[in-house]
Amino acid sequence: MKREKPMSVQRIITALAFGWVVVCAGAAVLAPVVCGYDPAAIDIGNILQPPSAAHWLGTDQLGRDVLARLVYGARVSLIVGFVSVGISVTLGVLVGLAAGYFGGWTDRALSGAIDLMLCFPTFFLILAVVAAVDKPGIWPILVILGLTGWMGTARLVRAEVMSLREREYVMAARVIGASELRVLFRHILPNALSPVWVSATLGVAGAILTESGLSFLGIGVQPPSPSWGNMLGDGRLTIGAAWWMAFFPGTAILFTVLAYNYLGESLKNRMEDRR
Amino acid sequence: MFKFIAKRLLLMVPLFFGITAMTFAVTQLAPGDPTDQATQLNPKISQEAKVRLRELYGLDRPILERYTRWAWSAARLDFGRSFRDGEPVLAKIASRIPVTLAINLSGLILTVLLAVWIGVIGASRQGTWADQLLTFIVFVAFAMPTFVLALAAMAFFGLKLHWFPISGVTSLDHELMNGWDRFLDVARHLTLPVLVSVLAHFSGLARYMRSGMIEVFRQDYIKTAWSKGLSARAVLFRHALRNALLPLITILGLSVPGVLGGSVILETVFSIPGMGKLMMDAVMARDLPVYMALLTLGAFLTLIGNLLADLAYRWADPRIRNS
Repeated sequence: MKREKPMSVQRIITALAFGWVVVCAGAAVLAPVVCGYDPAAIDIGNILQPPSAAHWLGTDQLGRDVLARLVYGARVSLIVGFVSVGISVTLGVLVGLAAGYFGGWTDRALSGAIDLMLCFPTFFLILAVVAAVDKPGIWPILVILGLTGWMGTARLVRAEVMSLREREYVMAARVIGASELRVLFRHILPNALSPVWVSATLGVAGAILTESGLSFLGIGVQPPSPSWGNMLGDGRLTIGAAWWMAFFPGTAILFTVLAYNYLGESLKNRMEDRR
Repeated sequence: MFKFIAKRLLLMVPLFFGITAMTFAVTQLAPGDPTDQATQLNPKISQEAKVRLRELYGLDRPILERYTRWAWSAARLDFGRSFRDGEPVLAKIASRIPVTLAINLSGLILTVLLAVWIGVIGASRQGTWADQLLTFIVFVAFAMPTFVLALAAMAFFGLKLHWFPISGVTSLDHELMNGWDRFLDVARHLTLPVLVSVLAHFSGLARYMRSGMIEVFRQDYIKTAWSKGLSARAVLFRHALRNALLPLITILGLSVPGVLGGSVILETVFSIPGMGKLMMDAVMARDLPVYMALLTLGAFLTLIGNLLADLAYRWADPRIRNS
């Protein structure tokens, strides 16, 4: 049963979500061009200024422009989101393909690995790894998020491949002498990918959330590099005196996660409708 | 039934070894040494003393030997002493459990009540403005990070309205209070953390409940219930809700580790000395025995939670029990 919403509302929300994603991507790419201020420029004369014409979103405890830091922070968030999801989706697809297609012992071993990873208290593991690394920066976070986030995709792909491999066109491909690898990557993979797009979109939101959580705790992206999470962490300390320091990065994180979640959901609904 | 449990418990053993071994390996990636805290900052300490300290903690041994040793004592529930203050790890953990349990248990109960209510309203009035509003709220809440929520709650209820204290578990004059006032004092301190934890977690469950209820409404036995003239209340609560609650068992099982494990972010923001804060501090100080014990506990609770959920499900759903 599908809830019928007026089409226009849905369209507007989709446009807004998409618009936000594009704006963030644009800001991330063009950061040096669009910023009037250097995100690291300390200005002791202008600390904790509320939003004004000069500093649209105010300044922080070191007089740095919040808007500039927000724009540069978009870079961090998007890199983390996309690269870690890239890693986890690649891993998940490969594991899922192998488990679903070969079955038997391969499947049992890989499914066991999936269960093992699912039992891990992931956030604790991330904490431990990030704390273990000498200089916690963006790269260890990327890698560890990628390495701990592939299980969902692997399960999806595995289930999909298991049903696809019995299809007639796969049989046909094999009959005309296509190699195992060709069948896998040319015939099965493209058809198994549709649920992956959904989980990848939602995964971007999840990765951005985790990164900002870690940076918020002070073990993610290290100052002076701005990230939405560590800006919020700074904002926490001055929350009574300077609401703008916490409000804007918090809103940016919320909007971004909302946008990716919404796009992921509508993608899912569309695919379900098509079936 | 006995066979099922025995099999599951047996399967847990290799899984358990896998998890702890992997964690142990990860902790060894650390370039720093747990003894750094005691030695690095102390210019007077000699090289010889450093070596002795490492020997004392067994850090000079090869990793395999250290893991075997650790696993052997852990199997006898001996998790050693904290590198930081020499306190036994188990005592440390035990002292942190009550406050985390208090927050998460009350949070979980409220979360479930709220989520079930939203699910029932949403499903029984599907498509109305109430349903759409709730769906919207749930969607936004789903994307809301805990720390943003926590900061907002702190700023609004704590700093603006002054309704609740924003950090810690007790007031400065806690010791001077009598029993009832002490309880109220702690309750006031824990209100915001519990509120935030509920708001951060109800959305996933609420979505689940709503779609579960909608699914149940489509079943034939609901049609039967309506057609034999039962009241809406009876159909909703006695026939539909009961069946829609089944998946809740699984979710409750999955939340077992969270209830004891605590939330690192929540406890850090509100400065609550619970399990999450313990984990965070242990990781930052490279206090290996403490965080190995916490990770082991987490993994153990995850496995037990899964098993309990499966058992409860079989108990509650005869279709699974008999298949």
